[in-house]
Amino acid sequence: MGFLHNLRDWLNDRIEWDDLIAPLREKTVPKHRLSYWYFLGGITLFLFIIQVLTGILLLLYYRPGENSAFESVQYIMTQVKFGWLIRSVHSWSANLMIFTAFAHMFSVLFLKAYRKPRELTWVSGVILLLLVMGFGFSGYLLPWNTLAFFATKVGTEITGQVPVIGRPMLIFLRGGEEVTGATLTRFFGFHVAVLPGIATMLIALHLLLVQRQGISVPPNVELAWKANPSAQRETKFFPNFLLRELMAWYVALGVLGALAAIFPWNLGTKADPFSPAPAGIKPEWYFLFMFQTLKLIPPKVWLIDGEVLGVVGFGLVALLWLLLPFFESSDPSRTKRWITGVGVFALAYIAGMSVYGHLAK
Amino acid sequence: MAIWRNRKNIVISRGFIPEKSAFPLAQRTADSSSLALLGMTRMRSSGLRRSLCPALIFLLCSLAGGQTKNSCLDCHSALPDPLGVTQDQFSQDIHAQKGLTCASCHGGDPTSDDPDKAMSRKAGWKGKIDRKQIPELCGSCHSDPGFMRQYNPSLRTDQLSQYKTSVHGKRLAAGDTKVAVCTDCHSVHDLRAPSDPRSTVNPVNVATTCAHCHADAAYMSGYKIPTNQFAEYSKSVHHDALVVRGDLSAPTCTTCHGNHGAAPPGVDKVQNVCSNCHVFQAQMYEKSSHKKAFDAASLPGCVVCHGNHGISHPTDAKLGTGPDAVCMRCHAPGDACDRARAGLLSDLTRLDGAIQSADQVLAVAASSGMEVSEARLGQDQARDWLTKARVTIHSFRKELVDQDIQAGLKIAAKNQQAGKQAMAERNYRRIGLAIALIAIGLVLLGLRLYIKQIES
Repeated sequence: MGFLHNLRDWLNDRIEWDDLIAPLREKTVPKHRLSYWYFLGGITLFLFIIQVLTGILLLLYYRPGENSAFESVQYIMTQVKFGWLIRSVHSWSANLMIFTAFAHMFSVLFLKAYRKPRELTWVSGVILLLLVMGFGFSGYLLPWNTLAFFATKVGTEITGQVPVIGRPMLIFLRGGEEVTGATLTRFFGFHVAVLPGIATMLIALHLLLVQRQGISVPPNVELAWKANPSAQRETKFFPNFLLRELMAWYVALGVLGALAAIFPWNLGTKADPFSPAPAGIKPEWYFLFMFQTLKLIPPKVWLIDGEVLGVVGFGLVALLWLLLPFFESSDPSRTKRWITGVGVFALAYIAGMSVYGHLAK
Repeated sequence: MAIWRNRKNIVISRGFIPEKSAFPLAQRTADSSSLALLGMTRMRSSGLRRSLCPALIFLLCSLAGGQTKNSCLDCHSALPDPLGVTQDQFSQDIHAQKGLTCASCHGGDPTSDDPDKAMSRKAGWKGKIDRKQIPELCGSCHSDPGFMRQYNPSLRTDQLSQYKTSVHGKRLAAGDTKVAVCTDCHSVHDLRAPSDPRSTVNPVNVATTCAHCHADAAYMSGYKIPTNQFAEYSKSVHHDALVVRGDLSAPTCTTCHGNHGAAPPGVDKVQNVCSNCHVFQAQMYEKSSHKKAFDAASLPGCVVCHGNHGISHPTDAKLGTGPDAVCMRCHAPGDACDRARAGLLSDLTRLDGAIQSADQVLAVAASSGMEVSEARLGQDQARDWLTKARVTIHSFRKELVDQDIQAGLKIAAKNQQAGKQAMAERNYRRIGLAIALIAIGLVLLGLRLYIKQIES
């Protein structure tokens, strides 16, 4: 402890460390029966950090290219010491991160934590979720295996259905007319440079907003506390909440380790652009609800192409979703129940369509 | 009506003009450019200057004249079989597609609506072609390389001469009209290119076409040859490959027996036929002791062990002593050859077992999520050696077979080892996971106690 005290004194002399962390010492977190939902954002952040660290380690051996990507991942999985663990943790962590990001978003929605003054936190969060899905889409292609190749082909084809800008977007994403090595290097660039850069800035903004505005209290708890101020409970952020968050991170780490050790991420077979697409090919689970919806839309709805209608529809829904806080009342006694209804419907739709898409042939 | 006759009295026009030779070589309704080309080819043989004028007149007339009438189909499309030929049927015919008309083979004047004129002997009408004349009629074009080149330069033109050497051709020449002529196999009036899956001579359909006669016991009764070939072939590994799996390189009747030059192969030719595809087996057999013994006993090589039309998928059981065994049909139990047979079978069984064992270990490792794709790919090499050993069996020399077996065993053992290592690695990971989870659990417990302490 003497060393830590000396270090603290040394830092205080130079950067006024105590003053710097004073806001953290004063920061409190509301304590109520729904407090555990607050951990989801932190777990998502933890998984993002895991992604960054394992991603950097994978970069030491991964070589993007039509003739080297698959081989390098195979090398990582079989020859590099603990390479299998790093790659499996990276893949599992990516999927868990998308899951916790979705869960975090719905928890914020149902706890109405997006209300004024937290609209921008919601907007930055939804954009982050889209970015995370972009990470998933771009990263999925990098091992250059059969499933990834055809999933990218189908995915970019759907992008091509966007009116007016669809075709240029398809060419931009693929680096040409077809999914080739050019697409792979492009996706690699997005995955390791462009998306991490934007995501890091947005995460910083998101966290800054959370720190600045404090933690939201659900409207019913807020009303109850207003009616009975003595019932109000809060816990110190540092160290109490942070230590609990740390416990959640450890649990997440244990789950990740178990998944990686018991179910190492499959590599599949190397992509062959000249082979036919495997029968019943499906995208990753987080795109499945959209994919299944597009499959169910008839080829022509009146005079409009069904797929175009679906893509435009999803775009509009995403825009409205982004703007959801602006339809909400800041008064806890006048919150819009229909927004909760939309949230329940969206959750049921995503879950239902994902299960349907998984079971459908 | 455009008419032009060259020196050889060969009609090349949109209509029909009778000629003195037995069969008109060609009449075409192709476009004018093709006609000009054809005209030029013929003109070289007849003299450019003399032909230039009629050719130009013909070209101009044909351009002005448009599509020529074919009155034959007006009636024959409404007639019942065997005189009926529908427009739809005839339009599928490759000859019609290339511009030939009814008159090209049957003669007559298709431009006339009057049946008496259209089918008058004066107009060269020949009516139904006599079966004996059919090969010559087809050969009048198909044996002319210069003429056929303009349609298909790669098409052979020796069908007629080949046919004449076949049993079918010889019997026809001797007056037996029951034997197959061109139209029996290739069909008539709706004749398609062999590459067309609907063609009667497409590889997939050849056996059925031959079976029309050869599986008809009543029809074949006078020839004293079996009629079960098709039934046998339908159960064979070759039929399975060709028809079920769609492998067009698999053999059908004509692959072994020839087509236009069809002739049953003699006893000494069987291995020559099989060796067209099974090259290495034949090479091994040629150097084997069995070759000499079979030759001495006038036994027909490959078919002694494998059969002919009903060749089944060969298994190692052929070397055994069970119902599928073939060695013991000639060899006595306990003799030197029987011991060699047992040794060969044991070799094959050993390698097969080693491959299966490695497959199992690798499958378990793969299903546990272990990356063993390289070893699994390597299994194909071991299987290749097993296949090679099965080919080398035809040498009946144990030392040669052993070389393949040992090479295969070495690879299978290496792959099995890779599978075992993967399983060991899987267990190592699980132990590591257990230790890590215990460590995480302890940290969680410590954190929980610490939180409790600072909050109390």
